[in-house]
Amino acid sequence: MTDALLSVRNLRVEFPTRRGILTAIDDVSFDIMPGEVLGVVGESGAGKSLTGAAIIGLLEPPGRIAGGEILLKGQRIDDLDAESMRRIRGKRIGMVFQDPLTSLNPLYTVAQQLIETIRTHADLSEAEARARAIALLDRVGIPAAARRIDDYPHHFSGGMRQRVVIALALCAEPELVIADEPTTALDVSVQSQIIDLIKEICAERGAAVMLITHDMGVIAETADRVAVLYAGRLAEIGPVREVITAAEHPYTAGLMGSIPTLTQDNARLVQIPGAMPRLNAIPQGCAFNPRCERAFDRCFRDRPDPIDRGDGRKVACWLYDAAGVAAKEKADV
Amino acid sequence: MSDALLKIEHLTRYFDVSKPWLNRVLEREEKQFLTAVADVSFEIKRGETFALVGESGSGKSTIAKMVVGLLGASGGTIEFDGHRMTGTAGAEMRDLRRRFQMIFQDPFASLNPRWRVGDIIAEPIHTFGLLKGADVSNRVGELLDTVGLSARDAEKFPHEFSGGQRQRIAIARALSSKPEFIVCDEPTSALDVSVQAQILNLMKDLQDEMGLTYLFISHDLSVVRHMANRIGVLYLGRLVEVADGKRLFTDPQHPYTRMLLDAVPDLALSGRRRKPVEGEIPNPINPPPGCAFHPRCPLAMPRCKVDAPVPVQTATGYAACFALETQTA
Repeated sequence: MTDALLSVRNLRVEFPTRRGILTAIDDVSFDIMPGEVLGVVGESGAGKSLTGAAIIGLLEPPGRIAGGEILLKGQRIDDLDAESMRRIRGKRIGMVFQDPLTSLNPLYTVAQQLIETIRTHADLSEAEARARAIALLDRVGIPAAARRIDDYPHHFSGGMRQRVVIALALCAEPELVIADEPTTALDVSVQSQIIDLIKEICAERGAAVMLITHDMGVIAETADRVAVLYAGRLAEIGPVREVITAAEHPYTAGLMGSIPTLTQDNARLVQIPGAMPRLNAIPQGCAFNPRCERAFDRCFRDRPDPIDRGDGRKVACWLYDAAGVAAKEKADV
Repeated sequence: MSDALLKIEHLTRYFDVSKPWLNRVLEREEKQFLTAVADVSFEIKRGETFALVGESGSGKSTIAKMVVGLLGASGGTIEFDGHRMTGTAGAEMRDLRRRFQMIFQDPFASLNPRWRVGDIIAEPIHTFGLLKGADVSNRVGELLDTVGLSARDAEKFPHEFSGGQRQRIAIARALSSKPEFIVCDEPTSALDVSVQAQILNLMKDLQDEMGLTYLFISHDLSVVRHMANRIGVLYLGRLVEVADGKRLFTDPQHPYTRMLLDAVPDLALSGRRRKPVEGEIPNPINPPPGCAFHPRCPLAMPRCKVDAPVPVQTATGYAACFALETQTA
């Protein structure tokens, strides 16, 4: 696992509050290989966006990384000072946010924003940077890029703005792009264009992508592997095809069954009772136990760690821990 | 004829988006109108779920608001159970109003945060004078029970509930006047998928129990496929196709419907190659002449740029497209 581009090890993110510490991300580990698309899914509050923010060093205070480490090509980046992190952000890790209107500055033209970013990270003259910006805009599919580059963000439609944001994220040729719900604010017909674009461009440049979304359909079409988060913990991780067609964690299985599809006919959707627990009320043992149909005594007592299921799959569920059950009981005796 | 509960004919709505008068005078500009809904006609039969799908700006919510009377129509008629809604007033209108209700998209905005849940649900009962005294609170308890909450929740305030639970409260409120017809405007798009499944199942159960008729509005094609008996596809305020539920997905007629279906991410991992979608929705202030879809349409002919197509009968319903006309002719 030494060749991983990004390694997240036992990440823990906490929010100190007046009533005690809330653990928003609890012991999450995963790797992203160079050139790979890793999908991160979960419902709201599962900690998807926080994971992305923690990696890129943009956690909003009072949130803080309280444990674990984040390695970019073997180098720790979670304990860097603000200045060194700033050099990595944008240069080596690009970011695409959900809302393209708020991630562009409305007071500057697209050209100013792109050229500034390019020149921050590369030693280029103004004219060279401008040429590169135009080539980039052209690449992300903005018609008449040479003319439109001097427009302001409000001149562009939502889909076009998201293309500009993608150009902005890619302009320093980063090794990793973190895309946080890049298509959620867009219509389906535009969404498919943007997904294709992210996939294509990153493949072309060999950049890895961490795609954060709540939409399993987007993940299915885009990602190589998928990580499922629940209540700040990793429930399941594995190759996208296996996780989607044969989910092992009861939460993933329920989640998949609850999505209406265009091809299957079922009179009723699978429904997971209840809702995700609040951060101050995560139950003991497995966080999913109150909603799980297959929970047994151990689930209410011990928290499951991700169990290796072979083929790169890991599932944090005691149902898959035949050997572990015996070992634990021995230890108890 | 008698089984149509709601009948909409040539419904049209303009919005005046002109600059202020003084600016118009100084800058010599004409008045500008945005056509949100243009000449839309359809019928909803008693007991069915009719869905409207479309992208943002296609006029879905505008139609919903006109149907329940939150917006006036610029043209066309809405008939509910044989009564014209335009021109009806007074006691007759009041009686009609009791029979249809609406569920809104955002359960955080549609419930008054200063009211207790019990009062929120009882409001339609009081407004229409359906029950009095202790009967009201009994009915509220019953309704809460129906939507999967407990009668004790009537004492709480909306902020004590999660998004899914709030949407259940909104459904209970809609049911409290014993309506026959409910307009659901994106009832689950603010919710997570696992909660969405709960709400969709609840809405189906209620329909089976009470024989409700739904106008279901959504941008999510897979949700619509799950819920609807018949589906209307809107593009730029125009109804481009109406088809029977599942057949819209197996046998789409209009090129826009095909494009929309092609764009939905595929969860089944069939590995199909998607046709790249061209372009974006044009500006509704200056829609393209003729068929509004022609700049993005792979089948566009010279005629599409001049004339607006009228709906023609298809195997699955009807669709407004010249390409279909020539096929069948």
